[in-house]
Amino acid sequence: MEITSIAPLVLLLPFLMFIFLGLTAHKFSGQTSAKIGTTAFGIVAILCYYIAGQYFFGNFSVTDANGFEVFNKTGEVYNQMTIFNWTWMQMTENLVIHIGFYLDPISAMMLVVIATVSLMVHIYSYGYMFEHGHFDEGMSRYYAVLSLFSFAMLGLVLATNIFQMYIFWELVGVSSFLLIGYYFFKPAAVSACKKAFIVTRFADMFFLIGILILSYHTQTFDFDKLNADNAKLVIESFAITEGCRGITFLGFPLITIATFCIFLGGAGKSAMFPFHIWLPDAMEGPTPSSALIHAATMVVAGVFLVARLFPVYSFSAPEVLNAICYIGAFTALFAAIIAVAQTDIKRVLAFSTISQIAYMMVALGVARFGNHETELGFTASMMHLFTHAMFKAMLFLCCGCIIHCVESNEMSKMGGLWKYMPKTAWCFLIGCLAIAGIPPFSGFFSKGEILSACMENGYTAIYVVMTFTAGLTAFYMFRLFFHIFFYEENPEYATSHHKPHDQGWQMTLPLIVFAVVTVVFFLLPGFNKAITATRTEMEMPTNWTVEGISIAVALLGIGIAYLLYFKKNEKPANIMAKCPALCEFVYNRMKIDEIWYGITRSFIFGVICKAIAWFDHNCIDGFMNFCAFVTQKTSLGTKDAQSGNVQQYVWVFIMGVITIAFLALY
Amino acid sequence: MIPVQFYLVISTLLFFIGVFGFISRKNLIGLLMSIELILNAVNINFVAFNRYLFPEQIEGYIYSLFVIVVAAAETAVAMAIIMNVYRKFGNETVKSIKELKN
Repeated sequence: MEITSIAPLVLLLPFLMFIFLGLTAHKFSGQTSAKIGTTAFGIVAILCYYIAGQYFFGNFSVTDANGFEVFNKTGEVYNQMTIFNWTWMQMTENLVIHIGFYLDPISAMMLVVIATVSLMVHIYSYGYMFEHGHFDEGMSRYYAVLSLFSFAMLGLVLATNIFQMYIFWELVGVSSFLLIGYYFFKPAAVSACKKAFIVTRFADMFFLIGILILSYHTQTFDFDKLNADNAKLVIESFAITEGCRGITFLGFPLITIATFCIFLGGAGKSAMFPFHIWLPDAMEGPTPSSALIHAATMVVAGVFLVARLFPVYSFSAPEVLNAICYIGAFTALFAAIIAVAQTDIKRVLAFSTISQIAYMMVALGVARFGNHETELGFTASMMHLFTHAMFKAMLFLCCGCIIHCVESNEMSKMGGLWKYMPKTAWCFLIGCLAIAGIPPFSGFFSKGEILSACMENGYTAIYVVMTFTAGLTAFYMFRLFFHIFFYEENPEYATSHHKPHDQGWQMTLPLIVFAVVTVVFFLLPGFNKAITATRTEMEMPTNWTVEGISIAVALLGIGIAYLLYFKKNEKPANIMAKCPALCEFVYNRMKIDEIWYGITRSFIFGVICKAIAWFDHNCIDGFMNFCAFVTQKTSLGTKDAQSGNVQQYVWVFIMGVITIAFLALY
Repeated sequence: MIPVQFYLVISTLLFFIGVFGFISRKNLIGLLMSIELILNAVNINFVAFNRYLFPEQIEGYIYSLFVIVVAAAETAVAMAIIMNVYRKFGNETVKSIKELKN
């Protein structure tokens, strides 16, 4: 197959599926829509695998805009390829917006991630939504939005220019909004989807400002030009961003402001502190969509964005990378602490997602473009993105199975499920081991590399924080695991005629696929070689001290969780009784939501909105009222002239004639 | 020969009597009659000026005849309207038809 001819299908097919399923929602039953949607996405997934496989292992070429033939690989270097680049809007000669298809190691990897997770979620949702089944006619809508999301996410990672990325960035935001609010009859879901949309949209405002500043000064949207990093082009790249480095605003170079604003956009989507507040609430959506959007793909868009512009950050704004790394480290620790105190299983996973994405951000923050030693963090981050997408999606889908049986999200309703749903339990265990960083599961490799990157680039404080967070991660994940599957069995299970059980094949197959990927990750060929910032192959170093410490900390975390939560006992309650205020504080997510709410209420509503409302009320309405007042008075004064009494008219007419006659005469 | 001023005084008196009647009468038929007076004042002017200024020509006479014909036609139409007004409102005063609605 010719890559150039199949590449457009990757974007077109999900989009057409969205339109088709959306328009025929009332014609087909939910199951039919699900089958059509899943089949179509299956084709897309095969194309994605094929393109990524050809890119990493095959040999093909495309012709670029200047007529040169570009191969996917020259020697050791994987090239950046623009498969196609349609002009979408030509505003002026320089200002052109393209829609294209851009292949480089990270977008090829994202193709694999999106294809795998989205396909598995399509399959899983068939079982989940159908058996959950009180809302069958909504299923067509659900699948239509899933297609929209897949389209948007693929367009985002394949963007050739930052503006295309922004367009698809907003599209994934919309589909996230639609999926969180899928149960629109539940007030909690409605407020959660509004919250998610408003918070991410607020962050996207910064993204847009950043794009505008950057592209105004560099005169380009194209990643190719922004990221140009080959020997000669490095200098050009400097030159390109040097234009905005010279100019300062409020004491900061403009490039710093631009790149930081772009990062803030990414922080909104990737739920970095303080924009993380939307993600825990987003768990109101159906669980499979949480697995797809709020665990594996959309929330890593921010990481992908920073990785995409990594040369710009590294050359032109290393101080922003430092900021990213400190914000990331704080978020990781903060979210891990909150996760310890949550009782809703999906909320625990949500905070764990925030924490793990922060790991990726930290890894990007400590990396520097240049040679293989300094850019280890970049590779580690992308690797963690991949492994995290797989095992976190699996954990969410396991949660879906559990919630399906128990019909509650609360930990206290669970316990002792191990013997009822062994397949789910095994998959969950694999996921927990992977996220805790126990070899040989996938999480161990990626997390180990992140910690080594922190250590080797000289961020020792960050390294200590991240290692501690790794211990906390192990603790809260195993607290969750033991609490769900052991602890104290809910007495209702034994007596109930509807015992918890493993679900049908549609819901078990995705778990097993993800579990297999997680377990055999270290056998996957070529991964850690290809995905580097310089796009040359590299061997991952193994820092045994760092790895050893991380395993020890993880085991410690698991051990504490085992002592406290394996069997029912009084210890957790006793510990919590010692500092109830602190527990309450952490359980309430450290009051960050309240702070935002307070800022919104007291500052935005109380000051800005009040001033605007005053202006609107008095100035704009006042002007309108004044106009109305004048008109009314004038008409009241003159309406007697229009009496309809013909004799009065004649009287006026005669008087007028006489007056004119006198005027004419004298 | 009677001087032209006599005719003019008569016609002016007639005109203002008509105008006064048009303004002060409550009855629609009275109004119609007042209009006839005004038209007749005009006719007198036409005839008088024709006689004194251009005795060899007859345009002024013809115009006064025109005015009489038009006045007759107008009276016919006005009478029809007044009949309708009377049927609708039960009287034929000017006050009853000052509203545009209904």
